[in-house]
Amino acid sequence: MAAVQTEFSADLVRFIEEWKRKPGSLIMMLHRIQEEFGYISRESAETLAKMIDMPMAKIYGVVTFYHFFKTTKPGKNRLAVCMGTACYLKGGQTLIEECESILNINAGEVTDDGQFSIDSVRCVGCCGLAPVLMVGNDVYGKLTKDQLPEIIAKYRN
Amino acid sequence: MVNAKINGIPVHVAKGTTILEAARKVNVKIPKLCHNNDLEPWAACGICVVKNGKSPKMLRACCTPLEDGMDIITNDAELVATRRTVIELILSTHPDDCLQCPRNGDCELQTLAAEFGIREQSFPKRLRGLATDESTGTIILNPEKCIRCGRCVKVCQDMQGVWAIEFLGRGEKTRIAPAADVALAEGPCIKCGQCSAHCPVGAIYEMDQTKVVWDALMKEGPDAKTCVVQIAPAVRVALGEAFGLEPGTVITKKIYAALRRLGFDAIFDTSFSADLTIMEEGTEFVKRFTTDDGPLPLITSCCPAWVDYMEKYYPDMIPNFSTAKSPQQMMGAMIKTYWAEKASTDPSKIFSVSIMPCTAKKYENSRNDDMYSSGQKDVDVTLTTRELARMIKQAGIDILNLPDEEPDSPMGPYTGAGVVFGATGGVMEAALRSAYYLITDEDLKDVNFTGVRGISGVKEARVHIKGTDVRVAVAHQMGNIAMVLEEVRKAKAEGKEVPWHFIEVMACRGGCIGGGGQPYGCTDEVRQKRMAGIYADDEKSEYRCSHRNPYIGQVYKEFLEKPGSHKAHKLLHTHYTRKPVYK
Repeated sequence: MAAVQTEFSADLVRFIEEWKRKPGSLIMMLHRIQEEFGYISRESAETLAKMIDMPMAKIYGVVTFYHFFKTTKPGKNRLAVCMGTACYLKGGQTLIEECESILNINAGEVTDDGQFSIDSVRCVGCCGLAPVLMVGNDVYGKLTKDQLPEIIAKYRN
Repeated sequence: MVNAKINGIPVHVAKGTTILEAARKVNVKIPKLCHNNDLEPWAACGICVVKNGKSPKMLRACCTPLEDGMDIITNDAELVATRRTVIELILSTHPDDCLQCPRNGDCELQTLAAEFGIREQSFPKRLRGLATDESTGTIILNPEKCIRCGRCVKVCQDMQGVWAIEFLGRGEKTRIAPAADVALAEGPCIKCGQCSAHCPVGAIYEMDQTKVVWDALMKEGPDAKTCVVQIAPAVRVALGEAFGLEPGTVITKKIYAALRRLGFDAIFDTSFSADLTIMEEGTEFVKRFTTDDGPLPLITSCCPAWVDYMEKYYPDMIPNFSTAKSPQQMMGAMIKTYWAEKASTDPSKIFSVSIMPCTAKKYENSRNDDMYSSGQKDVDVTLTTRELARMIKQAGIDILNLPDEEPDSPMGPYTGAGVVFGATGGVMEAALRSAYYLITDEDLKDVNFTGVRGISGVKEARVHIKGTDVRVAVAHQMGNIAMVLEEVRKAKAEGKEVPWHFIEVMACRGGCIGGGGQPYGCTDEVRQKRMAGIYADDEKSEYRCSHRNPYIGQVYKEFLEKPGSHKAHKLLHTHYTRKPVYK
């Protein structure tokens, strides 16, 4: 496995330096880190802790409080199955189970090759299309479970 | 002033007084669980709910200030039912193994459940299956028993400034853990044990080593060892609490008697080795102060939690640290060298136990190779005051009715300077009493340095020693030390003269008397009483300066030569290493 990429980009460093003295900026900085790496690694948290002189415990308190923040590296293609009220009623659970069965992992896990991960998420904001699956930034709506193998296949390699 | 009523009783209290405090003033007890007198209230548990007049809204008494005209009701059928539900909900995620719990009989949740007469499980059990963390070998964190009251987190972060633990996750998955879920021993934890002293239940507690000690005491035949014990200054003013005495009652000689009945072959007093520490550390200070040999300020190193903190957070101060070992370790080294020789005992056949008010001392006894200076582990096992209380109870010893007994010679008799080590400011006071003599060759007329005593977080004093001013600072409760050290750092960076020549640090509020291994229920009132006990013991001592202890003289004459000698360095001094906050 490749070494964890920990070095913050110049942009990210500039961003943190700009905001670190302003109270209430931690969540925003964490968003930027997750944007850059896809998740908040322990190394990233340590780097941030040093840069903004904040205890690691405080950072982890926030990171683990919000579902949005990930502490493990997600798959290259992140399958987000919506479990908001509309999607749930229209069969979101079936979609999750089918994804799990196709990829042979549970929700919240990553495939061994690092290609896919599955997450159940709350409302993604397009209830009219329920049930909804997002792969990365692509939205698939009004899905049935038999459409899933084809969609997933598109993202393989 | 605020005028209001609580259960119909008129109350007049200062503005800002909480309903909980106001109620206490008129002898109305409101049940509480997350609230602790050392900490700012944060309304986590919901047990302390009360009502105002006819309003159906429930207020949390711990964090709601009493207001003019309020008509507070602390008890009615609905409030009792609400509190009962809160307790039942807490119990629904709490294991039922009270009989095997370290807090059995001394648990705030158990007491509440008993008072509310909880007889059945109203909610389905939802245990979480979280693993216990024993990595530090001193404090055990069992998150499965945690009721998420948050005291330990507040203590660790706000009082101690250590940030070893935090709430991770949210909702019912919330748990107490170190950042990134590392083991406690791999994070910032300094083992001070204040979390364990404040935990209302059995979620954080000291590693119980009483069985190891019982085994050693019972062993017969060729494997039997000579069991030697030392007791720390702060133990004598707190152990009595476990037997119903007022905090601060000094029962030193009954403790000696109880230890003898437990089966120890020789009983020494850590206050004696505190005198020894003063000889070494005092000499070190005088050397640094009067010549340019070593940097100032000199910083005390008796507190192992503080040592751990410094190695992680202030490693740039390592050269300022006194190299003198703590009294526990000095006594350990002396028992297995000097005393072993005197008693014609093979040091490998000695089992050395220390009774400490402290959990970090369990860590200190194997902190680095210097703790094996006798060729053996100098202190085999450290027990906290709480563990000793349990042993005495297990043995059925009626400690309060034992005759007074004396410690063994020559490492038993101590001076007032040795015993004040147990309170914040004590090491400084003891050091100054002897430093004065070492610099001027004269004894002080008044040995009381009241400026360094008391509960205030940072204390400063100036001491005139023959025309020179010695500037000293004393800090206790780990969270208070940063401001002192930051000033030292700043002065150093700017090339200015350092603000103090000598700094004493103790990790726990009040010093060792408020240690993490002391009996539960410590408040500032308790700390003040324990301190008063310490100073009363000092006042009635025949000798009040370490250098006047005749047995200290004897030990140097017979064995150590003189303070700072080669032999003293080998046995009584140590070194420090920079450590990462996270491994």
